[in-house]
Amino acid sequence: MTETAEREKLIEVKNLKKYFKVGKKAILKAVDDVSFHIYRGETFGLVGESGCGKSTTGRTIIRLYEATDGEVLFEGKNVHAKMSRKELKEFNKKMQMIFQDPYASLNPRMTVKDIIAEGIDIHGLAKSKKERDEKVYELLETVGLNKEHANRFPHEFSGGQRQRIGIARALAVDPDFIIADEPISALDVSIQAQVVNLLQKLQKERGLTYLFIAHDLSMVKHISDRVGVMYLGNMVEVAASDELYDNPLHPYTEALLSAIPVPDPNYERSRERIILKGDVPSPVNPPSGCRFRTRCPLATDICAQVAPKLREAREGHWVACHLYDDEYKHAFNK
Amino acid sequence: MENILEIKDLHVSFDTYGGEVQAVRGVNLELKKGETLAIVGESGSGKSVTSKTIMRLLPKPAARIKSGEIWFNGKDLTKLSEKEMQKIRGSEISMIFQDPMTSLNPTMSIGKQIMEGLRKHQKLGKQEALQRAIELLDLVGIPNPEARVKQYPHQFSGGMRQRVVIAIALACNPKVLIADEPTTALDVTIQAQILDLMKDLQNKMQTSIILITHDLGVVANMAQRVAVMYGGKIVETGTVDEIFYRPKHPYTWGLLSSMPRLHSKTDELLAIPGTPPDLSNPPKGCPFAPRCPHAMKVCVEYMPDYTTLSETQKTACWLLDERAPKVEPPEIIAVGGAGK
Repeated sequence: MTETAEREKLIEVKNLKKYFKVGKKAILKAVDDVSFHIYRGETFGLVGESGCGKSTTGRTIIRLYEATDGEVLFEGKNVHAKMSRKELKEFNKKMQMIFQDPYASLNPRMTVKDIIAEGIDIHGLAKSKKERDEKVYELLETVGLNKEHANRFPHEFSGGQRQRIGIARALAVDPDFIIADEPISALDVSIQAQVVNLLQKLQKERGLTYLFIAHDLSMVKHISDRVGVMYLGNMVEVAASDELYDNPLHPYTEALLSAIPVPDPNYERSRERIILKGDVPSPVNPPSGCRFRTRCPLATDICAQVAPKLREAREGHWVACHLYDDEYKHAFNK
Repeated sequence: MENILEIKDLHVSFDTYGGEVQAVRGVNLELKKGETLAIVGESGSGKSVTSKTIMRLLPKPAARIKSGEIWFNGKDLTKLSEKEMQKIRGSEISMIFQDPMTSLNPTMSIGKQIMEGLRKHQKLGKQEALQRAIELLDLVGIPNPEARVKQYPHQFSGGMRQRVVIAIALACNPKVLIADEPTTALDVTIQAQILDLMKDLQNKMQTSIILITHDLGVVANMAQRVAVMYGGKIVETGTVDEIFYRPKHPYTWGLLSSMPRLHSKTDELLAIPGTPPDLSNPPKGCPFAPRCPHAMKVCVEYMPDYTTLSETQKTACWLLDERAPKVEPPEIIAVGGAGK
């Protein structure tokens, strides 16, 4: 673990907040005071149920949304600072995104070649038309397509192939960091594995850093080095992926893990499942104190009064729950 | 156990501008009383079309049943008139759809939507039906049912809507319930609630369930028997234990090993290369042959017959022919216990 302490932090998210106005008065706190960091070369998984703010976090990091408060540091520089057009271009080149829906994220009126080359054109990465074409062909091969595909349109491809085009587009500008927002949720199981394997291969070859956002915990565990669990705009637990799955500390993480059906009938028959009551509350009017307390089987009075802070319960394992806080631990008599 | 539903050699095709798409190509299935049968497969494998054919909900005139029989209660459902079918649909066989956001009518209170079937099929009066609707909402775990019965779908969350859909489906005590990806649109913690509810209700009402899903975790949790579909055909059927621990078809192997394991670390997933076949021009032989790592010459030319491996397990694969070379399943399955 001492090794990780020396590793370079590529991304540092500090007290990030993103609020949306809904209607005249109400404010939806999609991301509320979230902090974490991503080391260079690793895959950081972000999981949580719909509406927990994981996608908003991803989109705010890449500056698709302006942050309400807090900052995102990329190589030590603030992403949301005022940048000149040139600086912004430079930044955009380093950070790319792969979107969830391979049907909606490709322009249907552009050929695959133009889709992939858009970044190359904008950043002037090819000197001649020939070089541009060659770059595109090379990218297509990298993602497991071939150059005959270059002049076709998105509708001629299957979902898995489209996602490969999306990956090729992201790779075109040779980024350091890729945010993959649910890149496989829209795909069939057998195709999901193909895309995940491709992402891992590319990471090895190019030393990429990933933020992998998904709700499928087993896939996140498979691909990630470290995982962050979000609930209703808060980060509730961050740990190395094996540690998180073997020793979940937060009651929400525990319930989430226990809810996943495992493709093993014997295991399914014998396991005791923690079934959470009710739904995720509205982020417009979240519960006081700990936001999970309304569904938490262990909640006590203190949970309603004080919001728990993310603290290091074990080395490299952070959790936001009073259960692991010396000050409040006594309130739980398990 | 007696069969409550029997599908015999079903062929269903869609007529499109691009020609005939043979979505279901000779499916044989039986559903036993009180069991849960899972149909698994990728999109386009024909699993939803099979279930919609049972309900006779195929779009007309695009789709047609080319041949085959579906026996339920001594009647062949494919031969019934629309009027006769209406008596069965929603009362004896009912269905839960994937998307709880679109399967409810947004302009009707949920009470009215539950009462619809009760009044039509069971000829209940308004007050009785309302009473029964409230009981049903209570049964599916919706708090404060007296007040909720008057509300509209938009006032419910996704999980709650799926509960309402289940209440509607179970209103008339159906003998067969078809659940088409009932939890795919839901979050995992809500999925766990809904699966639990379905199992609980099945125990209470002795309903037989056909569960259509692509999630093998859900299958392991819910089903007693499994049918694996690929390219419009059932390539393997068996009990859950047979399918998960002793699968014989390479496609089943592929499906099981392409899923990440929660309890172990694997470096690389075993992906199935390629894409599913185009059913407007279906392959002559085994539909999986182009993607199968063990494909032989014969696989491309002829569709294999079913080999009966046990009383419950049947597999259509040339590898099981005595002349075929011995092929071992991938290690992850051979070790036993996918998921462990």
